[in-house]
Amino acid sequence: MTDQQVLLTMVGMGVVTFLPRLLPAWFLRGKKLHPFIEAWLNYVPVAVLAALLLPSLLVADGQFNLHWNNLYLWAALPAGLVAWKTRSMFATILVGMAVVAIIRLIL
Amino acid sequence: MLIEKQKHNSFAKRILAPAVPVVLGYLPVGFAYGVLGINAGIGTLNTILMSIIVFAGSAQLMATAFFAQGLNPFSIILTTFIVNLRHLLMSASLSTHMKKWNKAEVIGFCYELTDETFAVHSLRFANEDAAALPAISINFICQLSWVIGTILGTVTGNLIQDVEPFALDYALPAMFIALLILQIRKQRHIWVALTGGLISLILWGIGITQWNVILATVIGATLGAVLETSDKKKKDALQNTSTEAEA
Repeated sequence: MTDQQVLLTMVGMGVVTFLPRLLPAWFLRGKKLHPFIEAWLNYVPVAVLAALLLPSLLVADGQFNLHWNNLYLWAALPAGLVAWKTRSMFATILVGMAVVAIIRLIL
Repeated sequence: MLIEKQKHNSFAKRILAPAVPVVLGYLPVGFAYGVLGINAGIGTLNTILMSIIVFAGSAQLMATAFFAQGLNPFSIILTTFIVNLRHLLMSASLSTHMKKWNKAEVIGFCYELTDETFAVHSLRFANEDAAALPAISINFICQLSWVIGTILGTVTGNLIQDVEPFALDYALPAMFIALLILQIRKQRHIWVALTGGLISLILWGIGITQWNVILATVIGATLGAVLETSDKKKKDALQNTSTEAEA
């Protein structure tokens, strides 16, 4: 592809990325929604965060990895515990990164 | 003066505190994308422009592989569309908090709505901090760090630096762990999280690797809404019987 074709492709990628980000907010905000829909939308954050997170912890290099060498998974346990106890995002990130860094230094 | 300074501090705190974890994650991932873009042969300018025009981590990383393979533009755009369709749900979910925003604010905010910025705002908005300006500022800082990471990656070019020893690659997973746990306030949230997570994992395992997140989210959120509605009905029924008994 020429540089110009790449650029045009990227503009297309930008449009199809932007519209799903914009249209629901554009049309739904300020609307009175059915209580069931409103409840449904309130559960989206928890559902989508879990749906993104679990595969990112359990899948390494394109395969399920429950082995002890899957650092992402095991570091999630102390990080999750800290999140639960402290309710602090910073403490969670610091502990998670520290655990990963220390284990990498040791191994 | 003092009051003004305090105001200033709190504004900075409201923006920087939520943005910093995303920035920590975006710099190294943006850097990796920048290196991959150069390796894919799409050129420095186009690699940087993609971080400005598209701003979607997983789609951009996939696109570099597609460009390198010489896939046709239509397939690249279609795959990007499917991969990023999950943002429909995130945009819909945040829409209930944007009643007082004007159109330009909605456009500016949604342009920079990613998994990570969504995760941050879903918690902030639930805590009643839904003003437009801080939200847009947070998003802007996040995209800026993504673009800066990309530029550093393109500058470094083929010289791939290993970010692993610093554990920076764990900043975003750790942030998602924190944001997920901070949103769990009722027992129902645990069921929704387990359902969403496990279904996403199972779908991925059977080869549905592009639709797994969106399908799992729809099923998880539906379970939550159904449980909430049926609990409410039970409560109402209980209340009715107790009022009847009182009467």
